[in-house]
This record gives sequence, C-alpha cells and structure tokens, in this order.
Amino acid sequence: MGLKTQFKLRARRQAKLMRALRKSLELRARVNRTDRIRPDDILCFTTLRNEYLRLPYFLDYYRQQGVAHFLMVDNGSDDGTTDYLEAQRDVSLWTTRASYKASCFGVDWLNHLQWRYGAEHWCLVADVDEFLLYPYADTRPLHALTDWLDSQGRKSFSAMLLDMYPKGPIASQPYREGQNPFEIARWFDAANYSIKRNPLMNNLWIQGGVRQRLFMADAPEQAPALNKVPLVRWSRKYAYVSSSHMVLPRGLNRVYDESGGEQASGVLLHAKFLDTIMAKAGEELQRCEHYAESREYRAYDLTLREGQNLWCEQSTEYINWRQLEILGLMSKGDWA
Amino acid sequence: MNTATPSLGVVMLCHTALDRAAQVARFWLKAGCAVALHIDSAVPQAQVTALQAELGAHPLLRMAPRLRCDWGSWNIVAASQSGAELLLREFDSIGHVLLCSGSCLPLRPAADLVTHLNANEGTDFIESVAVDHADWITGGLSRERFTLYFPFSWRKQRWLFDRAVDLQRRFHISREIPRPLEPHMGSQWWCLSRATLDAILTHPKRKRFERYFKGCWIPDESYFQTLVRLHGRRIESHSLTLVKFDRNGRPNLFYDDHLQLLRRSDCYLARKIWPQADKLYQFFLTDQARKMPPVPPEPAKIDRYFELAERQRTEGRAGLYMQSRFPPDDSGQAVTAGPYSVFSGFDQLFRNFDYWLGQVTGNRAHGHLYAPERANFHGGAEVWHGAISNSAALRDYNPRMFLTNLIWATRGERQCFSITARDHVPPDLMWFMAKDSNAQISLVSGCFLLPLFRGEYKPDDVLAHVAWLQKREQHMLSVLQSRWVRADVRVWTLAEFLNAPESNLQSVAAKIAPDASIASQGLPNMQSLDGLEDFLRALRNKGLPPVLLRDFEGRTGVR
Repeated sequence: MGLKTQFKLRARRQAKLMRALRKSLELRARVNRTDRIRPDDILCFTTLRNEYLRLPYFLDYYRQQGVAHFLMVDNGSDDGTTDYLEAQRDVSLWTTRASYKASCFGVDWLNHLQWRYGAEHWCLVADVDEFLLYPYADTRPLHALTDWLDSQGRKSFSAMLLDMYPKGPIASQPYREGQNPFEIARWFDAANYSIKRNPLMNNLWIQGGVRQRLFMADAPEQAPALNKVPLVRWSRKYAYVSSSHMVLPRGLNRVYDESGGEQASGVLLHAKFLDTIMAKAGEELQRCEHYAESREYRAYDLTLREGQNLWCEQSTEYINWRQLEILGLMSKGDWA
Repeated sequence: MNTATPSLGVVMLCHTALDRAAQVARFWLKAGCAVALHIDSAVPQAQVTALQAELGAHPLLRMAPRLRCDWGSWNIVAASQSGAELLLREFDSIGHVLLCSGSCLPLRPAADLVTHLNANEGTDFIESVAVDHADWITGGLSRERFTLYFPFSWRKQRWLFDRAVDLQRRFHISREIPRPLEPHMGSQWWCLSRATLDAILTHPKRKRFERYFKGCWIPDESYFQTLVRLHGRRIESHSLTLVKFDRNGRPNLFYDDHLQLLRRSDCYLARKIWPQADKLYQFFLTDQARKMPPVPPEPAKIDRYFELAERQRTEGRAGLYMQSRFPPDDSGQAVTAGPYSVFSGFDQLFRNFDYWLGQVTGNRAHGHLYAPERANFHGGAEVWHGAISNSAALRDYNPRMFLTNLIWATRGERQCFSITARDHVPPDLMWFMAKDSNAQISLVSGCFLLPLFRGEYKPDDVLAHVAWLQKREQHMLSVLQSRWVRADVRVWTLAEFLNAPESNLQSVAAKIAPDASIASQGLPNMQSLDGLEDFLRALRNKGLPPVLLRDFEGRTGVR
C-alpha cells in the first residue's frame, strides 16, 4: 500500500463525513429519545419506507437480542410507519422526503446519525428485512458477542447477507404482521457464492445466492454484493462507503483470516422475498430510487409476477445457526 | 462448620461486576468461610458503598485495603498478601486460604471444598512449574521474566516493551535471582495452607524477595509459585481453579451454554464467567446442582472443546472459502475440501464413459462441467448440491469457486468430471487443479480430435479450430507435466493408452474406489477409430502444419 493510496482513502473518508454532515440538513427529528442511551448500549440504525407490516417483528427480534435503542430514518412513509415508530419508547425517529438515491441509498443519513450518537457504541446497521444471526445467538445475547469482540481487540464483525425465500410462488404465502418471516421464507442457497478480493478497500466482494442464480444469470457481475460489516464499534472517524458493505478506514473491512484460519462471523438473514416485495417492486420502479436504475426491482417485477418459484430442489431449509456454521456460511472462529 | 471458627479463608480480588462478586462472597459466607474482599481502587467509591450495603456487616467478612491492580502488576500480589494476612490474623482456625477473582465461580458446594482441604491438611494447591520446563507460556518470555528489567507496560507500551527486551538481550543484561529462589511459574489462582503462607509472609528476607519480584514480569504468576517451593511441605501442583486461555493469553469466558461442560470439570472453581451468565450463577450458587444426578468428571472433554475452537481459528476448515476465511493458495493447507477426479479424453474415446465410471466406482460422475454451453451435471441436473447452477455464465464468472464450492458442498462424495481442450477451463484453474493434492487428473492426449473426426460438430474453419484445440491441450500438458504439480497426474498418449486400456482404466478406477473391479462391468464401449489415419492425412493435406499432427502419426497405426 502506497502513501498515495492512504491519502486518497483518507480524503474519501473525510469527504464522506462532510457529505453526511451536509445531508443531515435533510433530516427532521420527529422524536429524539437519544438522551436515554446509556454508555454500553448497543444501537441499531435503519433507513426505511413503508414498512408498517414488518416493523413489529423486526423491533422485537433485536430487542430480544439486546439492542437498546433504534435510530431510524423514515424516508417518506405513508402507511402509518411514522406514527407507529413514534410510539415506540426505544426508537428515535427522523423523517425526510429527500431523495434516497441522492443520499447514497441512506448511507449519508445514517453516517451522520452514527457520527452524532454512535461513537464508542457497538452499532448495528440493518434494514427492516435483515436479521442478524451470530454464533450462539440462541443462548447468548448480542452483548456477549460485543464483549468478546472487545476482549479480542476487534472493532468490526462480518455478517454476510443470506437471501431467504419461500417454496412456491411468492404471492401464495402472504406475510402477516408480527409473524416470523422465516416461517415463510425458510429456504436458501447453501454453496453458490463467488468471492473476490477488493485490494483497494481490503474487503471481500461476495456475490451469489438466489438473486444471482435466477435474476442475474445473464450478467453475473452485476449481481448485488452480499458482503456486509453491519456491527462496528463506532468512532467519529468512521464512515460507511456503500451501504454496510464497506467501511473506512479500510482496516475495519479485514474481517477475514488469510492464513487459513477462520474469524468469527455471522449472517444477516434477508427476508426480502415475501409477498410484500410485489407491491414494493411496483412502487420502487415508479420512484427509481434504487441502486443502478432499480435494475434489481425490474428483474423481480418481471419474474415474480409470473409466479416464478425461487425454490429449487437443491435449496436448503433453514434450521438454526449451527446448521449455517456447518455449511460454512458463518463461523464460530475461536469464540468457544 | 461453626461460623466462629472458619477453616477456609477466601481472598477475592474484584474490579468489575461487583454484584456478581457479592453473590459469590455470600456463597462463601453462607458456608461459614471467611472472606476478604479486595476491590480495585479504580472502582468508584459509590459502587463500593453499594456493595458493602448489599453485603451488610457479617462476622466473617473483611475488606482488604484497596490498591490499583493493573494487569500483571505487582499490586495484584500485594493485594493477595494483605488479604491473606488479614484473614490469618483475624481467624486462628483457618487452615487454608483460597485466592480467587470476582469473576470466579465455585463449581461445587463449599462444603465439598472444605472437606477436601480438611482431608489434605498442610497441602498446598498451587500450580508451580519450574520455569525451564513451562512450555504453556504464551507471550514469548519464560526465564527472561526473571532476569530482565521491565520498565514499560506490555499492554499499553508494547513497542517500548519489546525494544527494551531486545536491548537487554543484545547487551546480555541479566538480573541476579536472589538465593535460594528457583524460578517457578503457574496459574495465579491458588489455595495455600496456613503454615506455608505464614512462612512466606514472615520470612526474614521477605522485603528482599519483594524488591526482586517487583521487577519481574507478571509477578502474580510467579511470586507465590516460586516461594512455595521454599516452604511447602506437600505441594499439589494443580490449581483448584479451571482457567482456559486463548492463544492471546486471555482467559476464555464461560457462558450459560457451558453449564453441562462445567459440570464435568474436576476443579472446584472456574474463571472467567461472563457477568451476565445468569443460568451459571443460578445453578452453581444455589443447591440446584445437588438436585441433579452427579456426572463423572471429564476434564479432557473441556480441554478438547477449547482446543477445537482454537484449531478452527488457526487452521479452519480446509477447502472452505467464505466471508471470514479466505486463504491464498500457498497457505500450506489443502485448497479444496476433498479428493476429486478429472478426466480428459476418456469420454471421447469411450461411449457413455461417465455412466460406466459411475457403475464401476459407485459414484455419480458428471459430464463436462466446464463445457461452453453449460455445466453438465450428472443426469443433466440444472442445479447441484448447494444450489450450484448449471449456467455457463455463472460458472465462468468465477470458475475456480465453481469448483471449490462444488467440492465443499458435496463433502463425503467424490466428484468425477471431464474436461477437454475446448472447455472453458482457464489457465489459472488448470494450475489450481494441478497444484491441488486432492486432485486426480487422468489425461489421454490427442483425443480432442475424435469428435471432429466423427463429425460430431463441424467448425467453419477446421484448420484454425484444430490448431486452437492443439494449442490448448499443449498448455494443459505443460501444466500437468510441470514440476509444481501436486495432483495425482497420469498422462498417456492415445497410442500408449491403447496398448493396455484395461489395466490403465483399472489403475485409474482403483484410486477412486480401491475395491472397484472393472472385470464385473467390462470395458466401456470403445468408439471406432477406423479411418482416423485418413482423416489426419486429409487435415495435413489441407494445410495444417505437419508439426501439429506429428504426435498422432504413430498412434493411429494401432488399429
């Protein structure tokens, strides 16, 4: 690594932070309860839009794991999401009608909130359809993990996005409010992931899973990235670059071992493929507010409308974290 | 046991999670043991007051003078000394003093420990290993801990610490070890008899020894461990406290899900317990443990549990590429998860070779996994284990991970597949397989011409096509015959192979399934080679450089 690269990345990080500051002008605090945050609390940061149906389960899931406070940006919901969140005692809510795309898909807003409220805390960045699963999640709270990471001197934790899907046409199993989405979307692709190293940012670039298998088979290089570093012991110097896929300084992206051993890692179970995606795909196509001209949503709209089955006979049914660890999708590392 | 005459004194060194420390202190007090609490002076006074209020005044409870106990500092020893002195002075009946931390958890009823100690009056339970034989030390220094000066903190000033050590090594600086001390080391948690402690604490040279140990590195692991050798009459060199260190020398934490594991320990205490492990504290500090049928101690099981975790961190699972394990090819480990077999030329020479291979070896053999059109999985499947798609575009996007994923997803079932010159096998994949000791590669050269000869497909420009295939096969051969090969490679020319097809096939199949016998299945059905010579001659006469066909000239004469 040359000095030049170091300076470039440093400039990029600072530009990202300045941008976050500028974009923070777009945020309006609807309810700010951040004075309730205690020093050791684990915080969750989320951008969302029209997620009323999914929120109850999302909040409960993370409350049970031990997240103490949710800092959320509501990007123009009109389905009651805003009022629902305002009533939650562990949620601080900001609203904005500004462009999601122009805010780097929410990254700028969240970077600002993390800069302002997240420093020295373990911060989790998760969308409403992303559910963190870490080793021993069934017996140990999230605090056990962050305490252990602290004792190891680690500041970031990797959790790959794992796309989950139902068996049969998506529309045939409607999601109910408060329901565990993985009762419906309980299948996944176990071993069709492509990994490349990104030498500039030090991260691994992971693609694959059902989205690449079905929607991007003709253009695999355009398949969405699945690598994520969603849990970071935040500092005011840090900035996410693109979603939670990459973070600067790039040392935080070094969440993998290169000598043959395994670092501890988790999985973000992705409950994207529920019947709710049909309405979402239609709406997002109108708004064109998503990555690369909403290419993804166009593909979903086309294929899912025809009742295509995401499931194949080699799909794996989800059981628990130990199963994912045996399959090699996540690892206990040396956390015993 | 009479509360007025405790036979066991417990010194507890606490610095965090005081509520848990209080819980454990109550456990000892309830069992009639005397307790001296040492609370790190870094703990705010408010918390200490709260703790004292919670515990109340108890005739067996004493508070030791507070010191600041940094990791590895002399003050840890000083706090242990003062706590032990306090207990020995105030309670004449004490026969043993146990040193533990605020995050140690008793694993058995206190009465069991007291009985054990009473039965071993005068015995010192302390891990004390002669330093020249202590091979468990993590951190690099062993004897040098006792002979160098350590002005800098290892935790906070690592760079200066290392430079200071280097400098002293270069100039052969060595402190003198006061006679008659013989450096010993061991776990810092001990249980010593009154006689031994008295002897250590009232030794005429105590001040001299203290001055010396203050300059040693991590004296809490060596002060008592060395001095006990001067005074102890009977030493059980085995700590009563279970501690498992990770490779950074930090104690592993115990959580609720370790309950069954901890029940199998042969120790009386365990450290370190995660403060929020409610179930562990609930189970071991109440009489719940006694209500369950006892389990025979199996300390080896605990060792194995942590060894496995350690190995997963340092060696990992061979052949797995994932978000937190991404080794380079030269990491020294197997690059794939299990053995596999690659064939080239066989299916062009024999009809339904993959079917035959499957019959002989009992495996499901694939066709050409790297064919330009698609990955030809066994039975024409569209997806294989792990939801690996047969799409050529997806495969060609990362051909190497296509292979490693396949081998990983089918662990326990040997994969067999064919490649040929026209397949999409990039040079780096060829090298990858050739250097992989899990690979068995069998190649019959020249067979790539057979489909053309049989007219199975007709390229626009036959000459250019043949030249291109020839070049690609030459590359494959040059890789397979290089000196970097670690795979099990067999290469025949067509003529060589046809000299003894049966024994050649047998030798290949035997490596896949040792008891495979091709006698029962017979030879696969060989395609006719009649007229191959004419075909080659025609190619040459059309203008293909003779040098390209030189290899084939002799071979076709066989039939």
